[in-house]
Amino acid sequence: MKLFRTDLHIHTVLSPCGDLEMSPVNIVSTAIRHGLDIIGITDHNSTKQCETVWKLGQNLGLIVIPGCEITSREEVHCLAFFADFDALAVFQEFLDRHLTMIPNNTNVFGYQVVVDENEQILEEIEHYLGASLDMSIEEIEQKVHDLSGIFIPAHIDRPRNSLFSQLGFIPPELKVDALQISKLADEKAIREKYKIKPEITLVKFSDAHYPGDLGKTFTLFEMENPTFNELRKALLGEDGRRVHIP
Amino acid sequence: MKVSELVEKLGLTVYSGQNGLDREINGGYVSDLLSDVMGNASEGMVWITLQVHQNVMAIASLKELGAVILVNNLEPQENTIQHSNNENIPLLGTNLPAFEIAGEMYQLLKP
Repeated sequence: MKLFRTDLHIHTVLSPCGDLEMSPVNIVSTAIRHGLDIIGITDHNSTKQCETVWKLGQNLGLIVIPGCEITSREEVHCLAFFADFDALAVFQEFLDRHLTMIPNNTNVFGYQVVVDENEQILEEIEHYLGASLDMSIEEIEQKVHDLSGIFIPAHIDRPRNSLFSQLGFIPPELKVDALQISKLADEKAIREKYKIKPEITLVKFSDAHYPGDLGKTFTLFEMENPTFNELRKALLGEDGRRVHIP
Repeated sequence: MKVSELVEKLGLTVYSGQNGLDREINGGYVSDLLSDVMGNASEGMVWITLQVHQNVMAIASLKELGAVILVNNLEPQENTIQHSNNENIPLLGTNLPAFEIAGEMYQLLKP
């Protein structure tokens, strides 16, 4: 088994709150410079920046997992990841169908642009990506798992937009692959506070919005290879794979 | 005041939990964060919210609330209705937004 430094919660320029310095090339080069092995791209309610980051990762030697940070109708933020771009495209259609359409006010929320590997703007998204879907957290989880994806409620210890702030406790029918805690959170304290069962894996990611956030926060994945299936096994603690928050 | 009187006076829809319409109510609480309601609502209150998730009824039961009112014509999820029936806590609805239904309820409960 090998250890992989993994940070699966990273925003790009596409997120309204993402810094304009968070271009695909900057993210990949900064992540490599800071010793990350695997990163996940999770913009708010859009997957449109994933492929460019993935391609750059392929060229420069960084594993990039395409994903998304989804806002459920309860306003819970959840991370989802997919094994390939076919599944990602289906999920993007799902987002397009269910996101509440509110025009983006760039003065208030910031710019939402898809850029290419040379930081040239390919598309500006006109509707606000920070809005919520009209689907419940369980319906979103079901969709992610129907597409053989990984589903992880985000920053569960935050006082807003988290599973516990919005819904009080983990809904009984919700199937999570792990729960993400914030960068300053203490794993043991969080488990006690929210009475999280030992069989549920906790992970810590950066939720990076600026290049300076990259590299400081990660989870170690102990597994054979840096593949999607190995990531899932590590999260679920299968076949001797596991994760460890340093 | 009983929940049934509130339903009649405010013209509320009764989605479920009819067996709880005789519950006594003593005030109200308006919030859409379930963690906040867990911490700050108290027994006998009517909870006004736009959240339609099944956890709403679990928390209403935990806090022994009198009833839940969903605003803006929002309809409960199917399992939210089941929880309401199981717990005998009425799940009510209005087409008014939270500000207005809270104002009307305040007039009735705090004259």
